[in-house]
Amino acid sequence: MAQTDSQGLAKILIEQEQQLVAEWMANLMSTSSSAAGDVRLADQCTHLLRSLRQAVLTGQTRNIQGGEWAEVRQLLTEICYTRARQGATPRETAIFVFALKQALFSRLRESVADPALLAAQTLLVSNVLDELGLFTIEVYQKGREEVIARQQQEMLELSTPVVQLWDDILALPLIGTLDSARTQVVMESLLQKIVETGASIAIVDITGVPTVDTLVAQHLLKTVAAARLMGADCIISGIRPQIAQTIVHLGVDLEDVVTKATLADAFAVALRKSGAAITRAATAR
Amino acid sequence: MVLSTGVVLSTGTITITEERVVPLRSSEDVVRLRQVVREQAVALKFSLVDQTKVVTAASELARNTVIYGKGGDAHVSLLLNGGKHGLRLRFVDQGPGIADVELAMKDGYTSGGGLGLGLGGAKRLSDDIKIVTGPAGTSISITKWKPF
Ligand SMILES: Nc1ncnc2c1ncn2[C@@H]1O[C@H](COP(=O)(O)OP(=O)(O)OP(=O)(O)O)[C@@H](O)[C@H]1O
Ligand SMILES: [Mg+2]
Repeated sequence: MAQTDSQGLAKILIEQEQQLVAEWMANLMSTSSSAAGDVRLADQCTHLLRSLRQAVLTGQTRNIQGGEWAEVRQLLTEICYTRARQGATPRETAIFVFALKQALFSRLRESVADPALLAAQTLLVSNVLDELGLFTIEVYQKGREEVIARQQQEMLELSTPVVQLWDDILALPLIGTLDSARTQVVMESLLQKIVETGASIAIVDITGVPTVDTLVAQHLLKTVAAARLMGADCIISGIRPQIAQTIVHLGVDLEDVVTKATLADAFAVALRKSGAAITRAATAR
Repeated sequence: MVLSTGVVLSTGTITITEERVVPLRSSEDVVRLRQVVREQAVALKFSLVDQTKVVTAASELARNTVIYGKGGDAHVSLLLNGGKHGLRLRFVDQGPGIADVELAMKDGYTSGGGLGLGLGGAKRLSDDIKIVTGPAGTSISITKWKPF
């Protein structure tokens, strides 16, 4: 029974391909604005319909995870990725598949006279296309996650600039949460810059770090120790009053570290240490 | 995240007016929890120092849940005691448990590579800490009240 159902469906997919594509596209145009702008839409629909027919012909319609459906999944994945990148919503992405379901239903109604057969085939189409619809949502989700992961990675690289304030004075203004991956990058770029510039003082500014817990403190202490090994002294600046209190309650020992409330204070100390001084120019007005 | 509003539970005079559950599986979850706790502390109009304290305590216990408890959940509850508002955070995991609580609370003790200050710190940063632990898991809850 299941075999003949899928044979029957495959037959419709072959014989009524053009009507199906036309109806499918019409459905898409009326529901989804992003699909309407895609010039490759007709190609995509025809292509997907043909690989769908191949998959249906194998009779394996209960499960779309198998090898019979590999090409369908591949095509859908490409389409979803493109859509996700263009900013389509998950709804718009899934509608691509569900619009075909409507087109197939109307073809079935016209072509299948026997009510029992019509019911069986409608069920078959429903099951398969619901599965494919769910599949597009999963793929869409994965696509978005990859975009986010890439943006996060870009931010990691963007937000850890080590700047040279003076001949041998570096500053590292930290902004954001210090998860371990990022802290690693930060620490390495600071040490690298110390080597490159031969700096003797590095100011690590934590004004932009919302929470200083034991993990952050440990990272700071490690950075200070590593910098010291490379011949540079560290000053930690930007310790806001509430952070200072919290650090004390945590019991973190920053005794061996020079700390300053602001980056400006730290810079003044650093200049003094390196033998430079800032004086106001006594220019005549 | 489960969010239920309304009166969930009454224990004595303390009423829990709202509870949400935040899953803790990764370090990103710890960041998310900190945001949730900060939002709640701000909503309760905690002072900046108290906000920072409770968020930091949450960060410590959440990370322990992820690292040593092999993941779990944080239950964030708003408390009302008479006219007094507070925040309770309960961290639950099904990990191996803490073999020696007294030792674990000692500053400087760590079985991993930490500073060993998280548990003691969380205690000092909050008004109250309760630890229930055994081979089937650990539950640690802290409370922070807003001073009148
Ligand atoms: N949920 C837990 N399950 C099992 N063991 C725990 C749990 N929480 C803490 N511990 C144990 O207690 C010890 C002390 O915890 P604590 O948070 O004080 O220090 P740490 O996590 O090792 O370092 P730090 O928090 O300073 O980075 C841990 O090293 C661990 O052995
Ligand atoms: Mg800890």
